[in-house]
Amino acid sequence: MTTTKHKVHVLTGNEAVATAAKLCRVQVVAAYPITPQSSVVETLSKIIEQGELKAEFVTVESEHSALAVCIAASTVGARVFTATSANGLAYMCEQVHWAAGARLPIVMGLANRAMAAPWSVLNDQQDSMTMRDAGWIQIFCRNNQEIFDTFVQAFKIAETVHVPVMVCYDGYILSHTVMPVEIPAQESVDAFLPPYKPHTILDPAHPRNLNPVTLADPRRNGDGELCHGYMELRYLHQEALLNAPAVITAVDQEYGKAFGRSWGGMAWGYQAEDAEILLMAAGSLCMEASVAVDRLRQEGIKAGVLGLRVYRPFPKKELIEATKNAKVVAVFDKSMSYGNEGPICADLKAALYGSGSAPIVHGYITGLGGRDVKYRHLMDAAKTSLTAANNGISTKASEWINCQI
Amino acid sequence: MATKILDLPEEEYMLPGNRACAGCSLGIGLRHILKALGGNCIFAVPASCLTVLGGMYPTSSVRIPWMNVVFPSTGAAASGLAAGLKAIGREDITVVAMAGDGGTADIGIQALSGAAERNANFLYICYDNEAYMNTGTQRSGSTPIGARTTTTPAYGKRQHQKDVPKIMEAHGIPYIATACPSFPTDLYDKVKKAVGKQGTRYMHMCAPCPSGWQFPAKDTVEMGRMAVEVGAVILYEIEDGAFRLTSRSKKLAEQGGLKALRDYIAPQGRFKGMEEETIDHMQAWINRRWQQCIRRDAEGQA
Repeated sequence: MTTTKHKVHVLTGNEAVATAAKLCRVQVVAAYPITPQSSVVETLSKIIEQGELKAEFVTVESEHSALAVCIAASTVGARVFTATSANGLAYMCEQVHWAAGARLPIVMGLANRAMAAPWSVLNDQQDSMTMRDAGWIQIFCRNNQEIFDTFVQAFKIAETVHVPVMVCYDGYILSHTVMPVEIPAQESVDAFLPPYKPHTILDPAHPRNLNPVTLADPRRNGDGELCHGYMELRYLHQEALLNAPAVITAVDQEYGKAFGRSWGGMAWGYQAEDAEILLMAAGSLCMEASVAVDRLRQEGIKAGVLGLRVYRPFPKKELIEATKNAKVVAVFDKSMSYGNEGPICADLKAALYGSGSAPIVHGYITGLGGRDVKYRHLMDAAKTSLTAANNGISTKASEWINCQI
Repeated sequence: MATKILDLPEEEYMLPGNRACAGCSLGIGLRHILKALGGNCIFAVPASCLTVLGGMYPTSSVRIPWMNVVFPSTGAAASGLAAGLKAIGREDITVVAMAGDGGTADIGIQALSGAAERNANFLYICYDNEAYMNTGTQRSGSTPIGARTTTTPAYGKRQHQKDVPKIMEAHGIPYIATACPSFPTDLYDKVKKAVGKQGTRYMHMCAPCPSGWQFPAKDTVEMGRMAVEVGAVILYEIEDGAFRLTSRSKKLAEQGGLKALRDYIAPQGRFKGMEEETIDHMQAWINRRWQQCIRRDAEGQA
């Protein structure tokens, strides 16, 4: 580890986001206030107005325009940043798809919040899940230090694979809770994250028409060269996402070398090596699961945590490896694919199919719209799953935890 | 001093041939807009006839950098280009947003209003062909009363069009102008003037559409000229708040007023069978605006 000046600050998740954006020297910020993201915007405004960061802050009239500004500014070669939550992300929807299809290295902070109706400003992860198929990288953070570190990593990942990155962190639970966060010195962040060098710049010196109507089949350009059709461009996007785990893991390891902390790349485990039962989740819920695992171990139950850090691209290989010795995996989703089951649970089952590894997978729906999740809820669920598994029950419908109906 | 047609620069930024319909006025307008811009510009273009004119991947009909953007976001995208160019130290490049009337008056009004309120640094040009022509002539907020479209098929539109330049004037931006490709030097001079200013500049260009308005493709220039001569389109500019009639509209004001509306309505299939009462409504609407413009022209010069 290189010797760096770093200081420990006590920051909310939102302040960690704003601080990371500053140290990443973002050049254009565009965001619209929404609970619980608002203090990201407020903190960054202050940082920029005080002259601590030289950046253009575009105070747009909507989230749809926030991402429009980021897309355009990124297209001419600026490093850009935005943040939102829930309905704000939903309002951005077509821009979320556009940013990915245009292959722009935009980094967005998403303070996870429940989707209306009915209105709820509190936490769950339904907003992330509604955008999972848009072609972004989605990373979930478990605490405020991970939020800061992941943001710095996210720009490097996005600018390497040319895919936008959504850094997801639980609203209120992280966005509004203070924690000690070690902030590295500007020069060490600069060394880790050099200025953005775009592969395509829209410039009058090289006139080009970006993202025009593209036909189904490949077509020749003025020089007779055969150029991609829509489907080939989409294939290349998928290929970039399939190659992204290697980059995400390498960037996390490089960050570890530079700053002394890495976060497990795609997925991580706690007490997972010899676990009979794995409690799987994404985001801050993993910390509650860690408490549950410690208690379960005290009771003699071999339990472990399987933390999903990157949801898209989905780390199939890593999850097959991580679950191969477990008897049962209890998946705790903070969202629902209505009419089906929890999305992480469904994706894990799909990943395991045909892999030759077949732990029992049970799905639990938990913490929707800010409903409190306590470690004992997770312990009870783990015990229920283990008992069921020992009785040979391999499948069951998703169970809703602490739903008083 | 108004530019004469022979004084226009010879440099062309449009390549020969594009995908627009025969007789489309947009190409004539864009050609002169680009001559005035002189190449050092970046365009933001939402879904519209202009997207079609620009060409399909991997070909292009223009020699300028062009960023396609989603339908409602033109004003915001142009703000983003301006912010990005400022951040990378390229403020010498003029940011131009160019959208149709649907993309401006309807789905794009929020982003445009937000950008104008921030006085974001770009030139916005709305080309107004008075309906959603690219999707097959559906009514827009800019369709005139009485015009039949595919969503007002039987009786024609019942409402007057939205006066977007007036909405933009309410934002207090430094430059607003109307234009028509049938008066290319007036269009050219206004773009030139707009480029020389900072902040949000708004131009509203009438764009006669042979297929949507249903007139022969050879009559495009004539139709634009008649639109101005009957007062359906009034050529003016508002520079830092001062209103001024320009070009043919100025001459009409000085030399006896507007021509009869019926001469403009008769050759257009979209107005076929328009009721007398509706024509009277349209005439009254034109007269009211015309008188207002004459009054403002006199005040602006006082």
